Amino acid sequence: MADLVAYILRKVILAIPVVLLATLIVFLMLFMTGDPINVLSPPHASVEQLDALREKYGLNEPVYVQYGLFLWQLLHGDLGVSVGFFTRDLEVGDLIADRLPRTLELMAIGLTISYSIGIPLGIFSALRHNSLGDRSVMVFTLLAYAMPSFWLGILFMWLFAVELSWLPIEGTTGGFASIILPAMTLGIGNAALTTRMMRSSMLEVIRQDYITQLRSRGLPEREIIYKHAVKNAILPVITVIGLDIGWFVAGSVVVETVFSWPGIGRLITDSISNADFPVVRGCILVLALFVIAGNLVADILYAYVDPRVRLG
Amino acid sequence: MSGKKAVLEIKGLRTQFFLREGVVTALDGIDLTIYENESVGIVGETGCGKSMTAYSILRLVPHPGRITAGSIRYKGIELTTLDQDRMRSVRGTKISMIFQDASTALDPVFTVGDQLGEVISLHQRVYDKKALQKKVIEALMLVRIAAPEKVITMYPHELSGGMKQRVMIALALSCSPSMLIADEPTTALDVTIQGQILKLLKALVAKTGSSMMLITHNLGIVAETCDRICVMYAGRIVEDAETFELFERPSHPYTVGLLSAFPKLGVKQAELPVIRGTVPNLMKPFKGCSFVDRCDKAMEVCAHKRPPRVEVSPGHFVSCHLWSGGERPGGT
Repeated sequence: MADLVAYILRKVILAIPVVLLATLIVFLMLFMTGDPINVLSPPHASVEQLDALREKYGLNEPVYVQYGLFLWQLLHGDLGVSVGFFTRDLEVGDLIADRLPRTLELMAIGLTISYSIGIPLGIFSALRHNSLGDRSVMVFTLLAYAMPSFWLGILFMWLFAVELSWLPIEGTTGGFASIILPAMTLGIGNAALTTRMMRSSMLEVIRQDYITQLRSRGLPEREIIYKHAVKNAILPVITVIGLDIGWFVAGSVVVETVFSWPGIGRLITDSISNADFPVVRGCILVLALFVIAGNLVADILYAYVDPRVRLG
Repeated sequence: MSGKKAVLEIKGLRTQFFLREGVVTALDGIDLTIYENESVGIVGETGCGKSMTAYSILRLVPHPGRITAGSIRYKGIELTTLDQDRMRSVRGTKISMIFQDASTALDPVFTVGDQLGEVISLHQRVYDKKALQKKVIEALMLVRIAAPEKVITMYPHELSGGMKQRVMIALALSCSPSMLIADEPTTALDVTIQGQILKLLKALVAKTGSSMMLITHNLGIVAETCDRICVMYAGRIVEDAETFELFERPSHPYTVGLLSAFPKLGVKQAELPVIRGTVPNLMKPFKGCSFVDRCDKAMEVCAHKRPPRVEVSPGHFVSCHLWSGGERPGGT
């Protein structure tokens, strides 16, 4: 266990430069569209007004001073203020804090759906390699993965909300029932990917010498598969949890828009259409930190399951 | 040998693989008997069916292969038709196997203690944690692993190659099987460790009174370890004799070739003799002798008729037309 603690510490320390890089990229985003004052100021502002705004946002300072200031404010939880029409001068931090829990619950349920479908289905498919069941699962995964999520979301709405009236069509007013459709839309593509990965990994593991060795000891097949094979086969799935989280972040932007889900994803799309640059910047930074944290968790989980990784 | 009790009797065993490209006959009529307290070496080139014999005995032939003919009897019990549950109770407790490469044959994500404990608790029904740990430590001490209390908490990747193979032996012997199959147990190890492991195996087999089937391509190893040697070629046993007899009077041309290709201490040779040609394609069934294309003494009949198994002297069996007449031909 001591090696596990050392491993976690090492990974946390290595995450620090990544976080700094993320803040730098997010900071520089402001300069990507030319003079940032054009996005931050209202149209038809006079030269004096622009100067005043430059003063206000610290844009008359050299770039590295601005970055330092940006970091300093970040450390104090200050993400600046909104410049959007409806949210002018509201704290970006407050806007995000308001929306973040919604996105987190959507992603948590989406991830749960994706792994609780993908992992068992992958095992099933591998154990019945080339059977009708296996092939049906492969066709399903191909469809589920190829389907764009906005289209799938609309299909779900039509089927479960309009035709069958089982679930609310959008928004959050239906309590837990209202999260099911968006979470399914978000999770199903990744479930397909997880299924395929689990299947191929499982197929490879059950051909390994140690599985034959376990059989030669007379262990029950159930134990060989569910204890030994699955624990080995799940390793590649764990490595991509970090990537999955990035995928979910991107997916949530689309899904939240389709289902009018008041999360960060929709805040981003709304802020982009309102040219509310500080909010977009804040959201992206928060999501980037979230992806980094997710990768860290995946790394730790991986090392927990596979002792060989702790050495590297 | 007739006075001894047979542990394992294999008759006419045929194992075939059904591939899309055709049928591969990996084992083509194996006859082999292993008696109590006996060590039998199986030698032959890569791909001649040595390991497949072992997998067939344990009924672990990988898909798409299966046993298509013959019988395997363990102390009178027919194994080829045994149901899965009873076959499982044979594996590990009655017949156990040591794998070639311990670094791939141990589960990488469980500790040594977990893996040994699992097998011991299954077969000896030890469920108490403390008692189980004691048994695991005993099993490790049997294979002379230093500091077993420490080793049980270690993962396979933390052990050296020799240690891993010792753990493998401990696993195989943990349930005192009466038949131990060792499939090239030292191939993955360096020479000094090879010696240690062989010595250990020999001592343990003598101590527990089990029989051993040692699969190897190294004639030196069998000479040192085994009472009897079976020479395999292309899925068949071509010669079967006691170790001393085989080295003294090799009778099948393949055995003769094999022995002369083996360097001898004290004899200076500019070049070692080789057996010309390569192993035949097992996908084409052969009517006659499988060695015919590479044999210098091949006759007309060799290509058409499968050579019968002939006892040339007591306990010394050869499958070769040179011996079909029953007498020793000249010039061997």
